[in-house]
Amino acid sequence: MRDVAIIGVGLNPKWGELWDKSLRTLFAEAALAAIEDAGVDHVDSMYVGCMTSGLFAGQEHLGSLMADYLGQPGLPATRVESACASGGAAVRSAFYEVASGASDIVLAGGVEKMTDVGGDGATYALSTAADADYEVYHGVTFPALYAMMAVDHMNRFGTTSEDLANVAVKNHNHGSMNPAAQYPFEVTVEQVLGSVMVADPLHILDCSPITDGAAAVVLCSMDKAKELAGDRPLVKIAGVGAATDTIALHQRPDLSWLGSTEKAAKTAFEMAGVGPDDIDFAEVHDCFTIAEIMVIEALGFVERGKGGAAARDGLTALGGKIPVNTSGGLKSKGHPVGATGAAQIVEGVTQLRGEAGDRQVEGARRGITQNMGGTGGSSVVHVLEVV
Amino acid sequence: MPAGYTREIPQRYRLEAGKCKKCGAVHFPQRLACACGSKDTEPYVLPSTGKIATYSVVRVGPSDFMDLVPYVVAVVELDDGTKLTCQVADAAPEEVSVGTPVTLEFRKVNQVGGHGIIKYGYKAVLDRFVE
Amino acid sequence: MVGIVGWGAYIPRYRIKLEEIAKIWGADAEAYRRGLQIYQKSVPGTDQDTATISVEAAKNAVTRAGIDPVDIGAVYVGSESHPYAVKPTGTVVAEALGATPDCHCADFEFACKAGSEGMFVALAEVKAGEMKYALAIGADTSQGAPGDALEYSASAGGAAFIMGADDLAAECLFTHSYMTDTPDFWRREHEYYPQHAGRFTGDPAYFKHIMGAGKAILEKSGMKPGDFAYAVFHQPNGKFPMKVGKMLGFEKEQLETGWLVPWLGNTYSGASPVGLTAILDVAKPGDLILMVSYGSGAGSDAFIWKTTERLKELQGLAPHTRDYLDKNQIYLDYGQYAKHRGKIIMNTG
Repeated sequence: MRDVAIIGVGLNPKWGELWDKSLRTLFAEAALAAIEDAGVDHVDSMYVGCMTSGLFAGQEHLGSLMADYLGQPGLPATRVESACASGGAAVRSAFYEVASGASDIVLAGGVEKMTDVGGDGATYALSTAADADYEVYHGVTFPALYAMMAVDHMNRFGTTSEDLANVAVKNHNHGSMNPAAQYPFEVTVEQVLGSVMVADPLHILDCSPITDGAAAVVLCSMDKAKELAGDRPLVKIAGVGAATDTIALHQRPDLSWLGSTEKAAKTAFEMAGVGPDDIDFAEVHDCFTIAEIMVIEALGFVERGKGGAAARDGLTALGGKIPVNTSGGLKSKGHPVGATGAAQIVEGVTQLRGEAGDRQVEGARRGITQNMGGTGGSSVVHVLEVV
Repeated sequence: MPAGYTREIPQRYRLEAGKCKKCGAVHFPQRLACACGSKDTEPYVLPSTGKIATYSVVRVGPSDFMDLVPYVVAVVELDDGTKLTCQVADAAPEEVSVGTPVTLEFRKVNQVGGHGIIKYGYKAVLDRFVE
Repeated sequence: MVGIVGWGAYIPRYRIKLEEIAKIWGADAEAYRRGLQIYQKSVPGTDQDTATISVEAAKNAVTRAGIDPVDIGAVYVGSESHPYAVKPTGTVVAEALGATPDCHCADFEFACKAGSEGMFVALAEVKAGEMKYALAIGADTSQGAPGDALEYSASAGGAAFIMGADDLAAECLFTHSYMTDTPDFWRREHEYYPQHAGRFTGDPAYFKHIMGAGKAILEKSGMKPGDFAYAVFHQPNGKFPMKVGKMLGFEKEQLETGWLVPWLGNTYSGASPVGLTAILDVAKPGDLILMVSYGSGAGSDAFIWKTTERLKELQGLAPHTRDYLDKNQIYLDYGQYAKHRGKIIMNTG
């Protein structure tokens, strides 16, 4: 396998309720930005990550649609789905296509147009990431599934509602420095704890929002990248890992341990030849505040059961030992589910290039992204580093 | 189409599961292959009593469940160690905690408006006979 | 020799007090309480119906009987509130118990006598030697029009009996049915609520038929009221069963054990069957029990049961009916009750 670089990244200028932008426009906007950033005039192949455009927008067959709307008819293009980890899975697919030598320049992105359906429609669409017959049938919602993980974590490790709230406080603070963030306002612990309860113990401010958005990256072989990079720092994908866990939460022996993230991270770390201590920053899947707490444990940044204290103690804040979700995370930046994994890599590259502005992690040389489907039924991890 | 519902009746009405003949793992629902590599499984019926392993209270629910809000959902660990997800019926949120003993009862789980089929299944209930 | 090998009841946890209903309609609660002798009634959960109540009652009966449900040759569910207009309740119950597919099954709808109708047929099937066990259930989530006198009584609950020929808990010694066409209470197709003929439901309807069936079975058996430990009658309100019992010559002590209606309300097809379960829960071996059901326009079924030594062994194997009735009720206000009973017009789709 040959080395793979990320040569271009693109996002919509702003995420949120984008009433005037369609599914195809969202994706084309981010993809064209990534292609322009890469300085190429075409790509050889494309992977489109999307969770459920069929339920959100009545549209499948995104490979064909997006190639057409990028102005590249004929392009080999495939839609990749792994629930909320679709974006990360698309990038992983593109990585292997370049690494194998099959293609030189491959675009990978993700998109979700979530606001063309009402709240009930969105709840239903998202619920399809859980076990339809054995979880959703019983009226279990996604907030409730993560809430049950939170109750397990609190019960066994003494994690508190304040610990959860501190994750939201930190990520909104980070997001306030991100011009693309959907909710760039700051929140306090009191505001989080005083916000409406969705599924005990998760308040509305413990949850990521419904978001329209897309993100894209252009990958190419290291040789090609060196030609294209110019003066900019060159970023490579040093490690990739993916793993699954049971789709139903109740099937797992440990109800608050993200086994798929642990396994995916192990694979990615081994490929990169590094470990958690070698990482300067992380973009992780904080679809709910409790998720970030569980993820940093599974990635090995903190001991099992100690994730709750991390945000409170400043460990994961900008300036802390391991800044987590400098973009604002899913919580503040927004969570267009299929786009999230690709957007994490966009943030990673932005940090490694030193282009993150107020939220720049000083001296960032190596970062990790962790993207997760359902309650952790699938995870995709990428280790990124400056060459 | 009620075909999908009908297919699940043995599991939902009678807690019919499967057990791996090689390693003894219980699968609910029954599977064709066990994680141990065996493809030799036999029918097995789950016990209907257990305890709450974890839970939450759904305060914002899908419209199909609007009449129940707020309702308690839980992962129940049955007496044989098998876990499943279901609602806890007739329970006020403050009555439920991790470890609370429950029994599975037969209930309506959902119905499609006033026109579609009525969907039955299991829900956990608290011991109603304690003093 | 045929009779009951296992019995079981189920009553939902929810209750509404008579005062709460009277308040909504500006009615005199005290007058209703005196007139009906009802203090409260049971209300089904929004996730309960005749099928779910039947399944839980039947599971208790199976537990007491200690039989394999596969051996149940027939499942009969009597109710005025089958969940579907078309599609049986009995098949749901039979599936949930594990009695399918080699099983005869039917739903009975025969006013408030539908439950005892099923008991009658189940006994006959076993007596004929057609099957080893037959399951009969009387259960209802009863309807009563808002503001009508029935709204103070129409409640939810059910009872199940497994009939067999061996290992009886109570032998059925005699049966007698007595019926005429007396339209004192009815519900037409596509109507939500039943209508009734006020005081015409009394003497020419309830009392005439229960007295008719009661006198006939006493004559047929050669027994006197004093021979019985217990008697239970259809109980649409608190007054009627006590009055008819005394008219037949029974004492208050014989009637009280199965008299549940002041705290339960009228479970329609479940009324006298649930009363019988409360008696079986506490009776002694060798006791004689008279049960007479009544359904409007349907007449009365009378049964004489004699308990056996085995009864004692089975009483503690499943929850007692009085415990379902008395322990840990959840009281509803009228708004919650209206939601539970589907009386609120919702947006659909």
